[in-house]
Amino acid sequence: MSKLLSELENILRKNRDLVRVIVRKINDYWFSYMKETGVDHLKIMDFCGTHEWTITHYGIRSLLPRGVELVAGPGCPVCVTPSYYVEELIRLALDGVTVYTYGDVYKLRSHRSVKGFYSLSEAHASGGNVKVVSDLLAAIKDAKLHGKPSVFAGIGFETVAPGYAQAVIKRLIPGNLKLLSLVKLTPPAMFYALEVSQEKPTEPPVKGVIAPGHVSTVTGAKAWEPVAENYGIPVVISGFEPVDVLVSIMKIMEQLVRGKPSVVIEYVRAVSYHGDVAAQSSIWRVFESVDDAWRGIGFLPKSGLRMREDYSDQDAFKEYGIRELSPVDWGYDMPSGCRCAEVVLGKAYPSQCPLFLRACTPSSPIGPCMVSAEGTCAIWAKYGSRDLLLKLSIELKGNIGGA
Amino acid sequence: MDYITLAHGAGGVEMLELLEKLIFKRVDDKLKRVEGGVGIDIADDAAAIPLPDGRYVVVSVDSYTVNPIFFPGGDIGVLAASGSINDVLMLGGKPIAMLDTIIVEEGFPVKDLEAVIESMLKVLREENVALIGGDFKVMPRGQVDKIVISTTAIGISDNPIIDKPAPGDKIFVSDYVGDHGAVILLMQMGLGRDIEEISTGMLRSDVKPLTKLMVPLLSKYRYCVNAARDPTRGGLAGVLNEWAEKNELLIYISEDKVPIREPVKRYSEMLGIDPLYLASEGVAVLSLKPECADEVVEYAKKLGFGNSRIIGEVKQTDMFKGYVAAETSIGGLRLVEPPRGEIVPRIC
Ligand code: SF4
Repeated sequence: MSKLLSELENILRKNRDLVRVIVRKINDYWFSYMKETGVDHLKIMDFCGTHEWTITHYGIRSLLPRGVELVAGPGCPVCVTPSYYVEELIRLALDGVTVYTYGDVYKLRSHRSVKGFYSLSEAHASGGNVKVVSDLLAAIKDAKLHGKPSVFAGIGFETVAPGYAQAVIKRLIPGNLKLLSLVKLTPPAMFYALEVSQEKPTEPPVKGVIAPGHVSTVTGAKAWEPVAENYGIPVVISGFEPVDVLVSIMKIMEQLVRGKPSVVIEYVRAVSYHGDVAAQSSIWRVFESVDDAWRGIGFLPKSGLRMREDYSDQDAFKEYGIRELSPVDWGYDMPSGCRCAEVVLGKAYPSQCPLFLRACTPSSPIGPCMVSAEGTCAIWAKYGSRDLLLKLSIELKGNIGGA
Repeated sequence: MDYITLAHGAGGVEMLELLEKLIFKRVDDKLKRVEGGVGIDIADDAAAIPLPDGRYVVVSVDSYTVNPIFFPGGDIGVLAASGSINDVLMLGGKPIAMLDTIIVEEGFPVKDLEAVIESMLKVLREENVALIGGDFKVMPRGQVDKIVISTTAIGISDNPIIDKPAPGDKIFVSDYVGDHGAVILLMQMGLGRDIEEISTGMLRSDVKPLTKLMVPLLSKYRYCVNAARDPTRGGLAGVLNEWAEKNELLIYISEDKVPIREPVKRYSEMLGIDPLYLASEGVAVLSLKPECADEVVEYAKKLGFGNSRIIGEVKQTDMFKGYVAAETSIGGLRLVEPPRGEIVPRIC
C-alpha cells in the first residue's frame, strides 16, 4: 500500500517528463488561443488557499507562458471572517468563557480592540480562556472534562460543515459547549469575485477558474455551473498535487481554445457531479443559509450558515446573546493600509501592498492574509512573490556569475 | 517590542535582530575578537584565538535545553557534548577539551541526571576529549525546566574556517537533514509512540559528533572548503540564508537532491512544516570550490557518510543578493526564506 502511494506521489509531484508534456500542451493551446482571439494576456483564478500553496510552493508560475497569470481567490476562511466576530470571541474569553479555536484564528488581529486586546492570543496572555484545538471533536473532549461554559469558533467553508452538522444531530456536544457557526459558502464568493472582475475589468481579465477540490467533494461539481453559464468562464475542479493543478490549467486552456466553457472535474478521485448528498442533507438539516458579511468586502447573499431554530440550544449566538452583524452595522474592517480584501478578490497581488514584507511579515502580521496559512500574503512571504520569481527565473537562465 | 517571545530564541530572523540590537552593536569593534583571531565579528557561537606558533585555539559555547530530555536516538547529554564538539569542528578545529555547566531543577531524579551525564561522558571518551572544568547548580522547583546544560568546547586548528562561500561553489551536505528536528517535534506532540518508524528505530535523532568526517576531510581537503556549518536550529534553510545574506550571494539548490528521509518528509507534510527548517545534529553543510567538490563527495562516502552529495551552488547576481532559491521537484522555482518564528505545526 505504502509503495503504491509513494509511486502515485512520484507521478503527481516529481514526474518531470509528465510535467514537460503538460506544459508543452498548455503552450500549444495558449498560442492557438492568442492567434485566434488576439488576447495576449489573461488570468486564471485559483480559488483555494491550498491551491495557491501548491502553485507557489512548487513554483508552477515559473513554468507557464508569460501571458498566463494565476491569481488567488477568496479561498481562505480565516481571511474573510469579519473582525466583529473575532471581537465577540475575545469578549467571551475575557468574560471567562472558554473559547476553542483553530491555530490561525488564535493569532488573527481584530479591527477594534476589546478592552485593550486585539486578538485571542493577547486575551489568552492576560488570563483569558482560549484553547487552540485541531477540530470540534477535540473541543468536545476537552469541554466534557471541565464542564465550564465554552464556545467553539466554527470557522471554515463547506468542508467543515458536515462534521459540525453530525455533531449537532447526534448531540455529541456537551451542554456546556456551544457552537458559533461562522461557516461560509464558497460559490457566492466566487460569483462575487467574478462579478467584480467583470464590472471593473482587471487588466488582464479572469478567463478561467481552478475550483476548490475539497469543497467540491461536498457540494459536487454542479455548484460551479453558474460560473460557466453566467460568465462564460471555464471551471476545472482540481486536486492539490502540482500535476493536478497543471492538468487543470491545461483543461482550462483547452476549453478556451474550443470556445465551450463548462465545468470539468480533474479531481475525479474525490469529486462527483452531485457531491456528497448525505453530507449536504445533514448540513441543511442543521443549518440555514443567511446573507453574511465577508471581512473587508461586505455582505454577500446567502453566503453563510447559521444554526436552525430546532438546534438553538446548541447555538452560541443564542446562548451568549451574540448579535448578528447587519449590513447597517458593518463597516470596512481591514487594518488601514492593508489590501487583503483586494488580495482575496484577486484584484491585487500581495506584492502590490506597500506593507508586504515591510511592516507586515509572517512574524508580525498586520492583515488576515498574512496570518492564515492559507492566506496569499503568508504563502508569498514564504515562497516568493510572482514578480520576484519571474525575474529570478530569467536571471537563472541567463548568464550570471558562478557555474 | 517590549517583551522577549519564544521566537527570539528560535535562531531565526527575530533572534538575529535582537542580538544585533542588544549585543553586537554595543561591543566596540576592537573587542569583538582577540587581535588576529575570530570573534563575534564573524562567527556567532564559536571563536578563534591565535597562538604564538601560528596555530589557533578554537572555542565554542552553547547551552542546551530539549524537551523531552530523553528522545529516540539520544538525550540532552549526547546533544550537549556533540553540539559544541561539532561547532569546533565546523570552525576547522580538532576538539581536545570541554567545560560544562549543568543547571538542574529541584526534584529532578538523580537516576536521570546520572544517565544524562553518563551519555555526555561517553561521547567525550569516544572522542578523546578531556573534561577540564565545570559548574553545577540546582534551582528551586519551577525556576528552570528540568535541566539546562551549557558546554564550552576547545580545539586546535592550523587554519580556521571563516565562512566565505564564493560564486561557483558547490553546496555539500553529508547526510539526511531534519531527522533530529522531526523526532523532537513528533515527541513533543505526543506522537512518538504511535509512529511506527520511531518505535522501530528507523527514525531517530541524528545527534552525533562529526569528528570522523571533518578531521580527515579537512586534513586532506582544507583548501577546498570555503565554509562549513552544521544545520542545527533553523535547519538547512537557516545556514544557506545566513551564507547568502552575509556574502550578498544567491544560493540555488535543487530540492530533489536534498536528502530527506521518507518518514521525515511525510510527517512534515502532515504537520505543515518544511523539512528544510528542521534541525539536524549530526550533519555537515559545506561550501566547496567547484573543481574539487566531487572528490570531496567521494572521500566523504569513503569515510562512511554514504549519503553525501552536492545539492546546489552559489551564484552571484546584481539583482538577487542574499537570496536562497530552490528548483522544485517539478522543475519550478521558489524561494527558501530565512527561518522566522518558532516551528509550529499547522493546527487545522
Ligand atoms: S501584506 Fe499584510 S497588510 Fe498587505 S495585504 Fe497582505 S496582510 Fe494586508
